[in-house]
Amino acid sequence: MTDRLGFGMRPEANGAAEDEPQAPPPLPPDASVDLARERAESQVDDVLDALDTELVGLAPVKTRIREIAALLLIDRVRARFGIDSGRPNLHMSFTGSPGTGKTTVAVRLAELLHRLGYIRRGHLVSVTRDDLVGQYVGHTAPKTKEVLKRAMGGVLFIDEAYYLYRAENERDYGQEAIEILLQVMENQRDDLVVVLAGYKDRMDSFFSSNPGMSSRIAHHIDFPDYEPVELEAIGRLMMEREGYRLSDDAEPVFRDYLERRRVQPRFANARSVRNAIERARLRHANRLLATGAPVDRTALTTLHADDFLSSRVFTP
Amino acid sequence: MRITQGTFSYLPDLTDEDITKQVAYVLDRGWPCSIEFTDDPHPRNSYWEMWGLPMFDLKDPAGVLLEINECRKTYPGHYIRLNAYDARYGRQTTALSFIVQRPAEEPGFRLDRTEVADRRVQYRTHPYALDRPQGERYAR
Repeated sequence: MTDRLGFGMRPEANGAAEDEPQAPPPLPPDASVDLARERAESQVDDVLDALDTELVGLAPVKTRIREIAALLLIDRVRARFGIDSGRPNLHMSFTGSPGTGKTTVAVRLAELLHRLGYIRRGHLVSVTRDDLVGQYVGHTAPKTKEVLKRAMGGVLFIDEAYYLYRAENERDYGQEAIEILLQVMENQRDDLVVVLAGYKDRMDSFFSSNPGMSSRIAHHIDFPDYEPVELEAIGRLMMEREGYRLSDDAEPVFRDYLERRRVQPRFANARSVRNAIERARLRHANRLLATGAPVDRTALTTLHADDFLSSRVFTP
Repeated sequence: MRITQGTFSYLPDLTDEDITKQVAYVLDRGWPCSIEFTDDPHPRNSYWEMWGLPMFDLKDPAGVLLEINECRKTYPGHYIRLNAYDARYGRQTTALSFIVQRPAEEPGFRLDRTEVADRRVQYRTHPYALDRPQGERYAR
């Protein structure tokens, strides 16, 4: 480095650059901080409230996310007193049946961590095995790194993460992706949060064959299946969002439908509810067209019992 | 002699924080970054070797810094520059390009004179670094 000053475009070396905010000096030990105000300023309540109102059930998940939010908030206040507490490890694993809201929660989580200043951008990059693992020797590392680079500053969500490891084929390239992932999870904890998601039993066997992965993940969150009441509430929320409502005679039918669907194979919780409503919409539209009578607003927005009763679920 | 190519080259070398801020600016504009390296300092050497492919869809400078550091590790004695490409219609060109690493010792250039017909003189700049084979031009 030379001592040339590039045409005086830079302030003198001893003068601090004006545009950079100086870190405020640490608070004196006897000061006190208003936590309520700190909380309001971070706007985390918006996200937490949205989580509460827009997602039905999932009590253990919400509790854990509230705890994480509280921890990060307190860490911020501690930092103002000059207490260095190190960065908490927030890599997570979400386990649960299909359709229990793992992806939805991950999106909210990214937003929450961004507001609390834990990650810089707050975007979510959702990938599966295909995006990480290559097809030939030497293809995996650049592919995985590319995904990791895209996810930096945000949350990397790996859906069905257990496919990365194939026990039956030891030359599978998935192992290479896992190793790169582990390295980045350890060394660049400041830059991204990794969330692994999948079904409970298969994730458990994935973790038991990759103990390094398990120990680097601090939060194992289990998503419980929805109760019938919760499924109904989810259905109502979805219909409300799409401008539909149930007629009085349709309500018990919808409840009955969910009860029956729940015990059938390939039930995917909220996703099945969504599909049921989609199909009811189709039948509703078809019914209106078939009658050919003029329709009013009520007819356009009301789903009748027939729209559900003609479902395959009710035919034994 | 310190070579001056690209933006910021008359300033003292950028620190990693400076680079991070520049990259953040670049990514906010939506320009993809790419990294190139060379050990031929001649000013007319405009095609440098690519370090990997251009990086699309990045949101955060950390990913670019990761690649810069990988490249620095592999080529500790080379020039490395970062290019940002603006793909918008009407521009479609490199929007920002600056050096992020240079060799510790830069021996500079000499001027060769060649006398040709009619007592005319032709000049040629010759980088001293080019006297040595590629890959061994700068101390590591």
